[in-house]
Amino acid sequence: MEQNKVDAEHSLIKPQTLEEVRTMIRTHKRNDFIFSSIGLLTITFALLTLLILFVDLVMDGYPKLNYQFFTDFPSRRAANAGILSAWVGSSLIMLVTFITAVPMGVAAGVYLEEYAPKNWFTDIVEINVTNLAGVPSIIYGLLALGLFVYTFHLGQTIVTAGLTLGLLMLPIVIVSTREAIRSIPVAIREAAYAVGATKWQVVLHHVIQYSFGGILTGIIIGMARALGETAPIITVGALTFIAFLPPAPVTSVAPFISFEWLQSGFTVLPIQMFSWLSRPEHAFHINAAAAGAVIIMLTLVMNGTAIWLRYRIRKNIKW
Amino acid sequence: MKSNKINNLGLAALVASTFTFSYNINAEVKTIAIDGSSTVYPITEAVAEDFQKKTGTKVTVGVSGTGGGFKKFCRGETMISNASRPISKKEMDMCAESGITYIELPIAYDALTLVTNKGNDWAKSMTVAELNKIWDSGSSVKNWKDVNPAWPNQPMKLFGPGADSGTFDYFTEAINGRAKKSRSDYTASEDDNVLVTGVSGDKGGLGYFGLAYYLENKDKLNAVAVVAKGKTEAVLPSETTVMDGTYQPLARPLFIYVNGTKGAFDKDVKAFVEYYIANAPKLVKEVKYVPLNTSEYAAVNKHWQGKKAGSGFNGTAEVGLKIEDLIKRIKD
Repeated sequence: MEQNKVDAEHSLIKPQTLEEVRTMIRTHKRNDFIFSSIGLLTITFALLTLLILFVDLVMDGYPKLNYQFFTDFPSRRAANAGILSAWVGSSLIMLVTFITAVPMGVAAGVYLEEYAPKNWFTDIVEINVTNLAGVPSIIYGLLALGLFVYTFHLGQTIVTAGLTLGLLMLPIVIVSTREAIRSIPVAIREAAYAVGATKWQVVLHHVIQYSFGGILTGIIIGMARALGETAPIITVGALTFIAFLPPAPVTSVAPFISFEWLQSGFTVLPIQMFSWLSRPEHAFHINAAAAGAVIIMLTLVMNGTAIWLRYRIRKNIKW
Repeated sequence: MKSNKINNLGLAALVASTFTFSYNINAEVKTIAIDGSSTVYPITEAVAEDFQKKTGTKVTVGVSGTGGGFKKFCRGETMISNASRPISKKEMDMCAESGITYIELPIAYDALTLVTNKGNDWAKSMTVAELNKIWDSGSSVKNWKDVNPAWPNQPMKLFGPGADSGTFDYFTEAINGRAKKSRSDYTASEDDNVLVTGVSGDKGGLGYFGLAYYLENKDKLNAVAVVAKGKTEAVLPSETTVMDGTYQPLARPLFIYVNGTKGAFDKDVKAFVEYYIANAPKLVKEVKYVPLNTSEYAAVNKHWQGKKAGSGFNGTAEVGLKIEDLIKRIKD
């Protein structure tokens, strides 16, 4: 029995005759072809679904997809209603999310990968972080409601929403930072140590530099996910009708920077879209389609930027 | 070079996040905060839009549902709460606990409308008893002929709102005698447009939702005329029949609750509520709900001026209560 198995394996690796070699190559080529066909079919199907969805949204929302749509506040008249407060709200929240989640996430990733001792504690942290990346977003909303709104009294404001989405994004940033760092060859680190670099220098000049592309991809994918989130944002108290903008972050009097906007109420694009979709008038459904097209476009642009940046940065790395 | 750039970026982010946390969070922001029912939302949105344009006072409206709205209202987070049903006993206790009083103001009617498929040429009208037979808890009606022998042998497919909605509460109260008492084996959705699609796609379909959704989808749906208890005449829902009180028992009042402790004495909130009552007749119609009568609005306005807090329902939703009687009850 044992002998037979070994023989069989051998015959795969070392065919006996020329005929057997040809058969083997033919089989493998056929398998290759079958696999790549299935792969192509799958990806075509996925892309086609997205494309149909997108084209359908654009076609439905086409009458509204103009400059005015971006500069009008919501209104009871569908023709005058726009997404100004929604896109401004979404952008400001993304800004807060970025500022909080990115430094913390990258730092945590670097620490876990480069500094943390390998013991049971870091094992638990590692398992938890990976788990957190898959926790349903509503859980983050409930956590944020208890923590930011009721404990820290930050109110139902942009800063609360930004921190909530920051929490949501944190595990994604940590995981992608660690993945990116792991892909750096050990030789690079050893070379740096060999010429006398300290650990901090190695991390700052080499590890972060070379993993920057991967980290950036993680950040942008996390941001794109956060952009489309509704559940946690509703939980912390997003508004539906808000026809004014938060105070401008830049003022004409010293100190020229104002943080008042953090205290403002807000709405975001997905909520605006949902609100329109549940209205009885068909004209509002057109607005909803247009808002949906805008969200998809933003996500595509963000993901596209991620890919482009990764490509650019990879090209500049010369090991 | 590059390391410096990243270094600076990190530093900037750190500084910014410190600012975020240290910033004074108790800054006074002058905004009238409103939250609550999604049914009342379009009316309040219309009022808020015009009021803000006219006076410049900032108004925000959220949609947390009637229950969620009252939770915020009773914590003092909002000045006005939209409600598609009267405040419940539990919510009254919650408000009392935090010392918040409320002024109950009916501002419009909504007619719950029963709809059937365009192909349904038999059920032009239904009695409350028939509706009860269909929708009551434990009902086993699966075919139109089970309800009325004159109707054809056609499987019945039911559509209705989810159990969290005020529409559901009112309908079950009016038809089955107790709020939330209903059969549960029907297609439920919080999105009325889903119900529209459902009924319009099934010949045996029957569903209920607010009048506005029927008016927008007249070409796809039939409305069913309802025969009230003890009456013989079947009445179709419309602005006229709701306003003259003949469409019973499915016409319901919609409310706003104003914070009577702080809100009623705030200059901006006062101006807003006055604007609301004065412009309701026009704006309610514009968003396809049914306005109250002129005399009813006058009574509501008088009630508002009197600033008498409390609820005329005392925690139990009643069906078919006249606005004037309701207000009289609060006064007593």
